[in-house]
Order: sequence, then structure tokens, then C-alpha cells
Amino acid sequence: MDFLHQFVQQLINGVSLGSIYALIALGYTMIYGIIKLINFAHGDIYMVGAYIGFFAITRAGLSIVPALLISMVVTGILGMIVERLAYKPLRHAPRISVLITAIGVSFFLEYASMYFVSPTPRTFPEVIPSVAFNVGPFIVNGQQMLIMGITLVLMLILTYIVQKTKLGKAMRAASFDVETAQLMGINADRVISFTFCIGSALAAAAGVLVGVYYNSIDPLMGIMPGLKAFVAAVLGGIGILPGAVAGGIILGVIEALVSGFISSTFRDAAAFAILILVLLFKPSGIFGKNTREKV
Amino acid sequence: MNLLRKNDLIMLGLSLVIFAILQVLITTKVLTSFWELNLIIIGINVIMAVSLNLINGYTGQFSLGHAGFMAVGAYTGVVMTTFFHLPFIVAIIAGAVLAGLLGFLIGLPTLRLRGDYLAIATLGLGEIIRIVIMNLDYVGGAAGFKGITHHTNFAWVFLIMLFTLFVIKNFVNSSHGRACIAIRENEIAAEAMGINTTKYKVMAFTIGAAFAGVAGCLFGHNFYIISPGSFTFLASFNYLIMVVMGGLGSITGSIAGAFVVTFISAVLAPWPEFRMIIYALALILLMFYRPQGLFGYMEVTSMGIFRRIFKRGHES
Repeated sequence: MDFLHQFVQQLINGVSLGSIYALIALGYTMIYGIIKLINFAHGDIYMVGAYIGFFAITRAGLSIVPALLISMVVTGILGMIVERLAYKPLRHAPRISVLITAIGVSFFLEYASMYFVSPTPRTFPEVIPSVAFNVGPFIVNGQQMLIMGITLVLMLILTYIVQKTKLGKAMRAASFDVETAQLMGINADRVISFTFCIGSALAAAAGVLVGVYYNSIDPLMGIMPGLKAFVAAVLGGIGILPGAVAGGIILGVIEALVSGFISSTFRDAAAFAILILVLLFKPSGIFGKNTREKV
Repeated sequence: MNLLRKNDLIMLGLSLVIFAILQVLITTKVLTSFWELNLIIIGINVIMAVSLNLINGYTGQFSLGHAGFMAVGAYTGVVMTTFFHLPFIVAIIAGAVLAGLLGFLIGLPTLRLRGDYLAIATLGLGEIIRIVIMNLDYVGGAAGFKGITHHTNFAWVFLIMLFTLFVIKNFVNSSHGRACIAIRENEIAAEAMGINTTKYKVMAFTIGAAFAGVAGCLFGHNFYIISPGSFTFLASFNYLIMVVMGGLGSITGSIAGAFVVTFISAVLAPWPEFRMIIYALALILLMFYRPQGLFGYMEVTSMGIFRRIFKRGHES
């Protein structure tokens, strides 16, 4: 009973952590789906989002929801600017050049923000009262409710955009085949720009939520979650939106279980071990279809 | 064939002259200990970059876990010298063997993956190696391994670097190397021509990992302490940057890349806050204006200048 109790408790913690991975992974998977780039700077976009949320709350005195929205808008625009300046000129370059550029952008964002906001970690203000809800014998705290609630809302909005709007249709077409989509009259540049905007806005939301959850943000906070979100995207099948969500939540749950039952130092190793096992046995991910290799 | 050997001899002679000059400058203290340290780091980085180039540049297998093999070499080496009091050269060989063995074991299953999947898998494996070391109390855990005897000096690094360059250059120019290049150009076509792609990919990966182990062993004995924090995936990125900056598929390029990257970070050391910003911008601009890297596929031995010098030497 005690084991079961702890298991379910870790499951709750895992789902809330996993929601954050899922939000970041959505951006990764959308960007990869269209331009086949592992956007290593995505984790740093998430960090910038956390800082914008932090300043919106502390300097402008906003409450959590307006701060979240401002952070999403500003970071979305930042994502578009990054795409326009750094990735667009390399649209037809070899993929490794774009990848190195992404690493460069990542370093730039990390160290530029270190320069502007100082490398010391900041304490995120307490935006919602720390209440704990008792669901039967289990405890869900206010932050976890907030994370899961906002993630759910954002995912519903994203699903609406991707499935129902014209731009979403264009995104789906472009991720299927960019060149054919262009022949059908889709402005690929605009779609890519829009994809970066949405992906970055979701990452910003994740950044603010992490600030609320862990109460601490710093300029290098994006490195590990960024990487793990990519793992989550691969786990679910890269380019597939429900896959990214499922991958993120599975990863979060596994991490919570490993740190709860084994040791928190092996948390990261477990995430990567799962990744490698998935890659070896089903490289296209949980939701992916196997594609045949053509000459 | 004869021409190749003559070229080799000329390069060897030139390298030894450079070595002699630098060694004299170091012993006479013209180069301060700061620059001596940087020369050692450059040498180690050259070994790392060239061995990674064999995997990424020549064989076209995108590996992002090279720092993990370096960590294996470093920890094996320091355990050999500190706990078992074995000579330095034995430690280096042990580091190479263990890193190579691990590269073989990891390469065998993962090299079936392609492109980005391989990149992310090797990145994950590199991190797993680091986390496992971090949890081994035998080697000091997260705090690091203390009390290492200082063995690495400029002579060791330079001579081992030369050896590495010689082995990798000859591997690349051998029939095995040509098979690797064929795999890079088109894996399916290479397979259709009867090349055992798995064998050559694993071979290149194992050799690359073994030399990363050698570099790690040199790195480990350079300071009095090593910690798992030196071998994160950011370190792997750094070696990848050297390789790409120099040119994928050029040994000369990897040497230049290792030199430029280490030199820039040494020169900018007094301004730590700007260092990484400038580094990042330089990287982005390089990819804009010269995505094939400084040298592309070129080698110094195939360039006009070298040809001319060589020809003149040949006629006289």
C-alpha cells in the first residue's frame, strides 16, 4: 500500500513535469517536422520566456496569466526574429551548417542573457498561493494544477490552430513536403516563420510555468530541458504533435519514478537510456510510422 | 606510392622543426606557462577533432558523444597511474583500449541509425557515460578525481598528436578509408558496391573513440583533478564545432579548427562575458559565409603552395 501510494504520488509529479517537457517538445517537433532542424536554441528560447515572465511579474507587477501572455507574445516574436536572421539565410545549406548555427544561436542567447540579467539565479515570485489539494490520499499542489491546466488549454488551442485554420493546414502541408506545398501556392517562408512563432510561444509558457514550479530561474536553465524535450519528441515520433505530448509526459513520469525509487542522480541517465532503447527497437518513435528507404 | 611517402617524410620533418622551435621557446620561458598550457590544450583538441572528423567528416556518421569517450580514457588513465602506479604510456594505451572497446560496443547497435537519430543517440550515450562516472564513488563521483600526478607535458602531447595524425591520415588513404568515404557519399550505393557498411562504420567509430580515449588520458594528467563536469555534451559540441569550422573531411582543417577555437578562447579569456557572445557570433557568421569550413575537403598537402615547394625540392 505504501509503495502504491508513493507510486501514484510520483505519477502526479511526473505528469506535471512531463507537461512542461511536452510544451517544449511541441515546438521542437513542429520545427523539425518542417525544416528538419534540431533547433538546439529552443531550450534557450524557453529560458528567455521564463525571464520575460519574471520581469513582467516583478517589474510590471502583473499577475500570472497576463505575464504568461506577454511572455508568450514577446518570445514568439523573438522566435520569428531568430528564424529570420539565423536560419532563413541557410535554407538551402547543408543540414550540418544549420545545426552548427543553431548551436551558435543557443550560445548567443545563453551568454547574452548572462550579460544582461547576470548569471546568478533569480527567485521566481510566488504568484499563486501554495495550497495543496488532497485528492483521496494523494497531494496535488496549486502549482501542479496550474501547470496541468495551462498545458491543457494551450494544447487545445494548438490543436484548433493546426487542425481548423488555414495556416494550420498550410503547416501540415509543409511538414509533409515543403516543395510540393510551395507548388500548391503555400508561402513556405511565412509558414516556417509562423511555426517558429508558435513553437517559441509554447516554450515561453513552459519557461514561466517552470519558474512558478521550481521558484528559480537562471540563464543556463534551458540546456537540459531543451535536450530532454527533444528526447521526448523523438520518443513520441518526431513531427507528430500528439507524439510530442505523449513523449513528454512519458519522459516526465519515468524521471519522477526514477528519482523517487532509485536515485535522483540517475534521472537524466534514465531519460537517455529510454531514448536509446526506443531508437534501437522503434526508431520512428511510439506514434511514428515506419518509412521505407528509397534509393 | 613513393610520392606519398616522400610527402609524409617532408611533413614529419616540418612537424619536428615546429616541435623543436616550440619546445625551445617553452624551455627558455619565452612562451609563458599560460601559453604552454594552451599549446597542450591545442594538441589535445587536435587529437579530439581529428578523431571526431574520422567519424563525422570521413564516414559521415553524425556523432555527438565524443566527450564521453574522452571521459572513459581520462578516468581509465588516472586510475592506472594513481591506483596502480603504472607508467604513463601504459595508462594511455589502457585508456585507448577501453574507450575503443566501449566505442565498439556502443557503435555496433547504434550505427544502424541514421542522421539526426544517430546524433541524438550518441549524445545520450555520452551523457550516460558521464552520469555513470558521476555515480562511481571509486573514482570520486561528482566531486571529481583528486590527487593525480602531473604527467602531461608539451612533448608528450605533440608526439602523440603526430602519431594520431599519421594513423588517421593513413587510415583515410587506405582501402578502408575509401570505403568509409564511399559510405559518407552514399550509403546505399556503397552497400550495392559490396562494401560491408556496418563493418566500416563500426571500425571508424572504434578508432575515433580510441583516439578520444588517448586525448582524454592526456587531458586527465594535465591537471591535478578531473571531474565529470568537463565531459558534458557541451564539450562534444565544442569538438564538433572545431571539426566543422575546419572542414568536414579535412585533417588539415581539423588541426586549424582546433587551433583557432582554442586560440580565440585563450585570447578572449580576460573578457569572459564577451568571449562566448563573440564565439557564438563568429560561429554563425562562419556558417553563413563559409559553410564548408575553412578548408572544405582540402588538405595542405594538396594545395598549390605545398605542391610548389615540394616540386622545387624534388627537382633540386
